[in-house]
Amino acid sequence: MELKGRKISAGVAEGEALVTNQAISFYGGVDADKGIVVEKGHELEGKSIAGKILIFPTGKGSTVGSYTLYRMKKNGMAPAAMINRECEPIVAVGAIISNIPLVDKLEIDPLKAIKTGQRVKVDGSQAKVVF
Amino acid sequence: MELTKEEQEMLAGKHGNAAKKSMEILVALGEIYGAKNMIPVSSVQVAGVSYHNLGDAGLEYLEDLSKDGQVKVLTTLNPAGMDLEDWHNLGISEDFAEKQLKVVNAFAKMGIIPSCTCTPYFVGNLPRFGEHIAWSESSAVCFANSVLGARTNREGGPSALAAALTGRTPNYGMHLDENRHPQVLVKVKAKLKTIPDFGELGHAIGKKIGNRIPLITGVRAATTEQLKSFCASMATYGGTALFHMKGITPEKAKKPAGDEMVEITAADLDEARKAMTDEGEPDFVSLGCPHASLSELKRIAELLKGKKVAVETWVAVARPIKELADKAGYSKIIEAAGAKLACDTCMVVAPLKGRFKCMATDSAKACFYGRGSNGFKVKIGPVEQCIKAAVTGKWS
Repeated sequence: MELKGRKISAGVAEGEALVTNQAISFYGGVDADKGIVVEKGHELEGKSIAGKILIFPTGKGSTVGSYTLYRMKKNGMAPAAMINRECEPIVAVGAIISNIPLVDKLEIDPLKAIKTGQRVKVDGSQAKVVF
Repeated sequence: MELTKEEQEMLAGKHGNAAKKSMEILVALGEIYGAKNMIPVSSVQVAGVSYHNLGDAGLEYLEDLSKDGQVKVLTTLNPAGMDLEDWHNLGISEDFAEKQLKVVNAFAKMGIIPSCTCTPYFVGNLPRFGEHIAWSESSAVCFANSVLGARTNREGGPSALAAALTGRTPNYGMHLDENRHPQVLVKVKAKLKTIPDFGELGHAIGKKIGNRIPLITGVRAATTEQLKSFCASMATYGGTALFHMKGITPEKAKKPAGDEMVEITAADLDEARKAMTDEGEPDFVSLGCPHASLSELKRIAELLKGKKVAVETWVAVARPIKELADKAGYSKIIEAAGAKLACDTCMVVAPLKGRFKCMATDSAKACFYGRGSNGFKVKIGPVEQCIKAAVTGKWS
């Protein structure tokens, strides 16, 4: 299946989907050195997001979160690509400065259409997702 | 978005990597917020300077950008995590200092003036009415929009930096007339005298209306210092980018569209003060949030003359203002009393966690970050009360 969306950050990546219905704060909510979600009570608490196609509704929290994504990328612990229901500036800026492909506003809600573990290809440049 | 030829060239990488990355950020933000085009900005204030918040990731990003990035417009910098010259005196570690200096050097290499202050309007970055600018530092954003009548969104560190390196910002939000009208009427029925009174007012309004734009009536007079503190409080507790205050805000305000009205009474200010007052005796007195003005330094010097502080006392200040205070003789009096003039930094961004238990301050904003970032108990009161606490070690 192929879904069209909106381009936020360019590039192409393929990997295993990790889906959450909860917003993510990269600053304080994710351990940038280990690539693990550490926010107390988060659906993904304790899970690694490194190398995954991370699918979440939107970002939240401090603007420092953009730099956290950059740090994860430098550490090799960043998601391979991201899909948002609707992106906000912290994650958008983080993805762009880190060269992580990111699309949002797909024709169908990605949180419902895609299941954790599915193989997904994100083409940020063409603003499309294939799974 | 419609981009000019020059903007397209930046996006295509013809003006270097830093301009390319910056334009990508600005285009993405423009798309998210539905901007139709970019507009030129004449002034930028960049936040995200403390190594405490940036970490090695932020430092690496800034060093990468500084390889070929150069600012296009007047750009000043927010406070760093330490006094850049006198950091030993503030108890900062060698390792932190080394990293912090690298951060500031990367900014300076890009042509950013390392002013390291949250009050750029005191040190030569003073936009006029109607000017389009891109500022981060939430208190300064609120001051620029509401007191000066300039136009800026609440930028984050990276987006403000992107605006500096391209001279552009996406045209949305606070840059457009239609988004600057008041949304709710706020009638102030309390008497306001001191700086913390204005901080408490900001707390009370912010908690009641969030980040909506108020038309505030009933404030008869306000000094620059009171407005500085009010803006910081509104931005902290309400996320406010703009307010209209009758008799203060230069921009003409329409009546709010709906008939929603909020009253602020003396009881609301009392409640705000109680909300910013914890149990305990202060072991730290922190003034200068936002950075102290010359008038504030004069008052602090008058109060400290011939006295000695009993607890650690910091007055945060922009370095050029401190240099004027040196010439005026204020600094000598303040330092002779054992208080410290902390330049380039403040208690919000310095690594102070665990060093103190209870902080006395005249700033509502400082109360929020003193608790949140540093885990302090807090006390709010006028400068006279804070200095008394500094000298006696007792809050009374």
